[in-house]
This record gives sequence, C-alpha cells and structure tokens, in this order.
Amino acid sequence: MRRLLLIAIPYAWLVALFLVPFLIVVKISLSDVQLSIPPYTPTLEFSAGWTGIRDFFSQLDFENFVFLTEDSLYWKAYLSSLQIALVSTALTLMVGYPIALAMANAEQAWRPTLMMLVILPFWTSFLIRVYAWMGILSTEGFLNQFLLWTGVISEPLTILNTRVAVYIGIVYTYLPFMILPIYATLEKLDVSLLEAAEDLGCTRRQAFWLVTAPLSKPGVIAGCFLVFIPAIGEFVIPSLLGGSQTLMIGKVLWEEFFSNRDWPVASAVAVVLLLILVIPIILFQRNEQRQREAEQ
Amino acid sequence: MKRFSFFSAVSLTLGFAFLYVPMLILIIFSFNESKLVTVWAGFSTKWYVSLLHNEAFLDAAWVTLRVAVFSSTIATVLGTMAAYVLVRQGRFAGRTLFSGMIYAPLVMPEVITGLSLLLLFIAVGVDRGIFTIVLAHTTFSMCYVSVVVSSRLATFDRSVEEAALDLGAEPFDAFRSVTLPIIAPAVISGWLLAFTLSLDDLVIASFTAGPSSTTLPIKIFSSVRLGVSPEINALSTLMIGIVTVGVISVSIMTKRSATRQARDERAAIQG
Repeated sequence: MRRLLLIAIPYAWLVALFLVPFLIVVKISLSDVQLSIPPYTPTLEFSAGWTGIRDFFSQLDFENFVFLTEDSLYWKAYLSSLQIALVSTALTLMVGYPIALAMANAEQAWRPTLMMLVILPFWTSFLIRVYAWMGILSTEGFLNQFLLWTGVISEPLTILNTRVAVYIGIVYTYLPFMILPIYATLEKLDVSLLEAAEDLGCTRRQAFWLVTAPLSKPGVIAGCFLVFIPAIGEFVIPSLLGGSQTLMIGKVLWEEFFSNRDWPVASAVAVVLLLILVIPIILFQRNEQRQREAEQ
Repeated sequence: MKRFSFFSAVSLTLGFAFLYVPMLILIIFSFNESKLVTVWAGFSTKWYVSLLHNEAFLDAAWVTLRVAVFSSTIATVLGTMAAYVLVRQGRFAGRTLFSGMIYAPLVMPEVITGLSLLLLFIAVGVDRGIFTIVLAHTTFSMCYVSVVVSSRLATFDRSVEEAALDLGAEPFDAFRSVTLPIIAPAVISGWLLAFTLSLDDLVIASFTAGPSSTTLPIKIFSSVRLGVSPEINALSTLMIGIVTVGVISVSIMTKRSATRQARDERAAIQG
C-alpha cells in the first residue's frame, strides 16, 4: 500500500502537469483559431458522450502545420535556430576545450577551486549574465570603447542586435555545460598513456591528437549536446542580444503566443520544435548509455 | 612530467576573464554616479537607495522568494520520492513512462513547458497567480532534484539499509533513520538547485504568472528590454553577491562535513 502511494504521488504529478499539458499542446496544434477565450476550436466535450468525441476527431486537421510550411517565416526561423545552435556549439567547444584541458592538467590541490570558479556563474541568474553583455556590446559599450582606445578600429562596430551577439551570449552562458563533461573525461585520463606516446617519439602536439583528443570524445559529445539542445529553443538570448532581425524559433513561438495570440499556430510551432529535438536527444541518450557501459 | 604548460595558464586566464569580467563590469558600474552605464562619473550608492524605494521591484522580489521557497520544498519531497522509486523499487507497470517523464523536462525547451502548462491551466480553469507558478516550477525542478538524488542513491552501500530492515525496522523508519541521513547532502543540493532554478526562471513564469504575480525575472526582463539601467545593475550586484556567498558557504560546509565523516569512518574502522 505504501509502495503504491510512493509510486503514485510523483507519477500522478508528472502525468497531470507534464504529460497532459503536452497532449493539450498537440491537440490545440490540430485545432482552428477562434476569436474567443480560449481562442481555438474544437474543444473536447466529454459530456456529449461518444458523438462529442467523434465530432472532436472529425474537426482535427493539419492545416496549422501546412501553414508553417507555407509561410517562409517559420522554416527560416527553424533553419536559423539550427544554424545558430550549431555555430555556437562549435564556438563553445573551441573556447571550452582548452579550459577543461588546463583544469585537468592543473595541480591536484587547485582543481576544486577551479571547478568552483566554473560552476559559480551557473548559479547566478541566467538573465543577469545575458544582460551584462548588453552594456558591453552596444555601440558605445565597453568593447567598442576598448577597441577604439587600443586603435584596432576607428569606427565603433555594431555587435549588439546581430547574430554575433547571440553567439557570444550562448557561448558565455552555456560554457560551464561544455567544460564540465570534457573535464570529467580528461581528469580520468591515464597520464601514463601520454608518457608512453612521448617516449615512443610523439611530440606533445601529436600526443594530444593521437591520445588525449580521441579519449575525450565522450565528454566532447556530451558537452556539445548539452549546449546544442537548449540553444535551439533559446528565447532570452536572441530577444535581448539578437535584436529584431535575428530569427529564432523560441522567439517566434513567444511572439505568436503573446503578440499575435494565435494559439494553434504557437502549439504547432512547439510540436515541430520538439520533433526537431527528438533526434539530438536520442543521440545524446545513446552517448550517455555507452559511456555508462564503458565504465562498468 | 609537468603537464601544466604556458598554454594551459593562458587558456585558464583568458577563460576565467571571459567568465568573470562581464559580471565585474556590471558590479563596478552599479556604483556609478551617472545614469549612463558606460561612462564612469564617480562613486555613488544612489542606485541601491532608489532600488530600495522601488515598490514594484520589492513586490516582485517577495513574490519570487515565496514561489522559490514553496516550489523547491515540494519539488525536493517529490523528487526524492521519484528518485527512490527509480532506484529502489525495481520494475512496475509504467516504469519506462515514469523515467521518461523524469528526464524529458530536463531537455524540454522552456517555451514549450511554459506554453503547455498555460494551456493546461486555462483548460482546467485555474486563475493564474503564485499558485500556478509554484505548480509549474515544482514540476520541472522535481526532475532536477530526482536526478541529483538518484545518483547518490545509486552509489551508496545498500547493505546498511538492508541491515536495518533485517533488524526489524519498518521500511519507512529504515528510510528515515538510515537512508535519509546518508543521502542528505544530495537532498540539500537538490533543494538548492530547485531554489535557484525557480529564482532564475523567466520563460515558464511568464507563461504561468497572472497579472498580479509578477516575479523578479519578469520585472527585470521587461525593464531590460528598454536598455541598460544602473538600477538593474544594482539589483544584479545584490543577486550575484547573495548567490556567491551562498554557494561558497554551502561548499565549505559540505567539505567540512565530508572530512568529518571520513575521519569518523576511519576511527570506526580502527575501533
């Protein structure tokens, strides 16, 4: 009896507040927009019995999904989300890998402090960390002031409200997610392998590419997915740093819902976004499982 | 052989500069006299004073704090239960769906979670307010708690728990007096994680909040959209300060208790 309760309480909570809401999104994505509250039909009427359920199904259609393919705004937004996520994942890897490597090479006594320094920004508000860049990247911001002062540029650069600002924002906020899994694999790396490689005549650089890099692959893959998956659906970064021209699907969904009040289309956008995410999520899970099996 | 090279030193310095300089600039310019946030005009604490007199921010902070306390506490209870079910209860009907529902919210884009919960609340006819934000935050943060707690549950020695059961303890008593003290650090860090996730959340709260329940992130977001302001810098500095002190003191505390535990275990073995 107790066991049943123990399972049933969290189970029921997740069904009611995760699964059911998600099914509602799918249902509304197949409905028509209406100028009322709630602004969509059909609504499922259980009181009408079997005919109610049949009416409900006969009224479902895929026209919102067809609409998504017809209006170029949507597929452009999906494509540019994918592209932004890919580029910023690659950039995060390039910034994060050397940091993870240096942490793994640091003295044992230093490592907890370095870990702390990487994790600490993760605890501070995401919104504040994105906001911090608004003052740095603007035309009269610190970066331009600095570059003008050093004489690298003579005219201030426009960085804020461009894609570049979005890349910087994503790299900055997701950097800990990249560093930590890579560091975890590098830390476990057997140093004697590197010594063997060097004894056998490898230069340090060769030893890195032949030993360290292949062995850190699981961490790199995990880190890339941990950045890529949330970056696709990102809303805060493109809306604060990207300006009006930067299209990302999270932003489109938000505007469709709050500004246009088109719930069926917003729901259809959400369903397609999830379909896009299914593949990287499955690949990520597989990578994690393989790693777990390798450890056993 | 020494592996920490010049290259390592450079990448650590640049890396940490990248992580911390933006926040340092934010903190320094919260003490700026001028309203312009990019030109230094002398030291002043006037933005902190004006922040303390800003009713809207104080109200939003109070709403946020209440939501965070309630949601993280409920999430810790539910998440610990869920972790216990996943790690200890073996097979049961619908287990795959259950573990799927625990992991899915971790990768679900916030816009979708927020949208789906809002549509649920409207379908059911609940008035949106603090209550609905608490429900929403509890749902996603219980998954994080459950992941943190289950990794601890999976690694500790089950025989102590079994010994308690063999010696006649009721399952619940065994959990309370044996299991819970062992997993306590994970439960506490799960609570802290849930608490900060709730404090931070903008997207899900925007969907599930009512007109009278504006949280601090919603308030910050709406004023930040208009541009950088020294008052927000002051607020950010306060938040960064609180988090830094909190995280550092918790990590010192857990480190101390870990050393104490290790010493006790050694003493017990040497008997």
